[in-house]
Amino acid sequence: MKRQMLLSTGLATLAGLMLADALPAEASPRAFVTNERDHTMSVVDMSTLKVTNTIKTGRRPRGIIASPDGKLIYVCASDDNRVEVYDAATLKLVKTLRSGPDPELFVLHPSGNPLYIANEDDNMVTVVNVENNDLIAEIPVGVEPEGMGISPDGKYMVNTSETTNMAHVVDTSNNEIIENILVDSRPRIAEFSKDGKQLWVSAEVGGTVAVIDPATWKIVKKISFKIPGVADDAIQPVGVRITKDGSKAFIALGPANRVAVVNAKTLEVEKYLLVGQRVWQLGFTPDEKFLLSTNGNSNDISVIDVADEKVTKSVTVGRLPWGVVVVP
Amino acid sequence: MMRMAGAVGATLMAMVYTSVPAGAQEAVAPAAPPASPPLAAKPAATIGPEQTFLIGVVRQLPEPPPWVAPLQMPPDDLGIAGAELGIRDNLTSGRFLKLDYKLSSEIVPTDGDPLPAVQKLVEAGNRFILLDVPPDALLKIADNYKDRDIVFINVGATDDRLRQKDCRANVFHIAPSRSMLTDALAQFLVTKRWQNWFLMVGRTDNDKLYGEAVKRSAKKFGAKIVAEKTWDYGPDARATAQSEVPRGTQVGEYDLLIVADELGEFGDILPYNTWLPRPIAGTQGLMALSWHPTMENWGASQLQSRFFKQSKRMMQPLDFQMWQGVFAVGSASLKTRNSDPAKIEAQLLSPDYDLPVFKGVAASFRSWDHQLRQPILLTHATNTVTLSPQAGFLHQTSPLDTLGFDRPETLCKFQ
Repeated sequence: MKRQMLLSTGLATLAGLMLADALPAEASPRAFVTNERDHTMSVVDMSTLKVTNTIKTGRRPRGIIASPDGKLIYVCASDDNRVEVYDAATLKLVKTLRSGPDPELFVLHPSGNPLYIANEDDNMVTVVNVENNDLIAEIPVGVEPEGMGISPDGKYMVNTSETTNMAHVVDTSNNEIIENILVDSRPRIAEFSKDGKQLWVSAEVGGTVAVIDPATWKIVKKISFKIPGVADDAIQPVGVRITKDGSKAFIALGPANRVAVVNAKTLEVEKYLLVGQRVWQLGFTPDEKFLLSTNGNSNDISVIDVADEKVTKSVTVGRLPWGVVVVP
Repeated sequence: MMRMAGAVGATLMAMVYTSVPAGAQEAVAPAAPPASPPLAAKPAATIGPEQTFLIGVVRQLPEPPPWVAPLQMPPDDLGIAGAELGIRDNLTSGRFLKLDYKLSSEIVPTDGDPLPAVQKLVEAGNRFILLDVPPDALLKIADNYKDRDIVFINVGATDDRLRQKDCRANVFHIAPSRSMLTDALAQFLVTKRWQNWFLMVGRTDNDKLYGEAVKRSAKKFGAKIVAEKTWDYGPDARATAQSEVPRGTQVGEYDLLIVADELGEFGDILPYNTWLPRPIAGTQGLMALSWHPTMENWGASQLQSRFFKQSKRMMQPLDFQMWQGVFAVGSASLKTRNSDPAKIEAQLLSPDYDLPVFKGVAASFRSWDHQLRQPILLTHATNTVTLSPQAGFLHQTSPLDTLGFDRPETLCKFQ
């Protein structure tokens, strides 16, 4: 199977080498990184920090997530207008799902179904049953929907619209919008804390991250960033990840080439970690010992030691790495 | 494009538009994009809007150039289509706050007076009016409404004087000034160390103003005009370009030819016809523009594809500037939730106002002359080469203020 897949993707010359590397790697966690400009997905073995496979995907892969059990990898193939589902073990394309036009980011219900997809070109969130590919709903949202978050209990889905500058809160029981929260310009990511008591929304052009209380849907605080020697307008928050224990949040700051470490209790910025260029999205390893950042302009990912708050390594992947997910 | 080219003779020369009849404007109003129907299940759609923003646009057709390359045929809805997309985007956002937006457009013929068209829009209740009119007409309009609460948004005129001694408090400038454009180009050329320029200026007054802006930029960024010529080979030299341009460009050594030809009479026949093999920049060749169909980074491809879906053609600079004008009002309206022009104006000038314009950094208005500060594209026909300001041109508050008239250089005194 593996051989067949690799040959078909035109990597025949590397196949032998990769197979040898890939097989023992099954045991350790692996990171999957979408490379927007290469139309590929890099697989990185987290024990060796080496790229073991490069999988050809649909055109312009961006958003990437895993099923709750880590067995399936979902990829938004934006220019092919579909969601691709890969087997995380065999790296084989299992099926494709409808996505609506230009899917960019998506989120799975905590139960693993359905899938909520932001259609950037269409001002819509598409809700799809991942089992049978049925269209469950299309929810009209603001202009250029992008960020997708879901509360840990699955009751609320939050979409950000980049040009409307709102976070739209959707009741997942009836797929109705119940709240529209105005945030700063170009909101990119919506991320709930694991206890469901905070919703973080990054605003790329506004340069802030809004922390919202889901009890009232009001903004508790807008976190802003100052980095000596970096122009304010180069500080563009995008990716947000919060540790399971709710102590720390990491914010990718785009062309500032830094990841901010924020105390998630006091909401104060504690540190800036220098990573690669135009850092975009973030992903924890399952044990949360490491955090990976995708660095679009340096074509690599940075490996951050979560406890030490230090960047330990960078790994070259494909062109314009966009999203990352790590599975056991 | 092809369709346009087919209709060449008929459309361009017969540009005797009268005002767009009221019926045609109605077609714009139900602008909810088919892709995003109003939120039928939400009460917003049935209760009706809490605030309606009436936005007008007046475009006076410019004098047509003596000839037009088939690829550059101006579409009939140039600019207006951008304003229409702006209304669609505003509606998509505003419906969540029960805000409504309507566009009315007036097209004025080349030899007409745009003031009556503005009066018509004002009488119809429009309080935000986009203007694409010549500078003198713009001043007449602005002065006529000096004591009224109307926000004028200049989306077309690039004249430096409108930002300097002829600035007006009731006018905001979305269109970049000539100096912003030539500063953007100069920064890039100086970065490349192509510092010796041969300046070729066309025969019109606007060409001379562009030429002046080029000279000002050269001085500002340390480039040198080593030769200067006025184009005097007539309005249409296509047939004789191969013999005339080599002769006309024998001016000794230079790095690059900068052309000032805003009408598009001769700039496009210079490349490959010059005496020395040198690149061309300015109004043709490597062009300094607010927008171009090849712009795709920073989410620009999303705006391009929304525009294409709506208008079935590429988005041109004037389309983009009109989109920005309508979108600027829309984005301010989400904050004010009130259509009082004074409130919108205050929001446009508030220090935390930012306008995301798909260029990597937010745009905003300069308080001293109401000019929108934004990155400028340097692009040739098929690629956006770079955006200025270039890295390394530093500024104490915003690198964007290295383009055009910075606070210390301003001659603007709002009355």
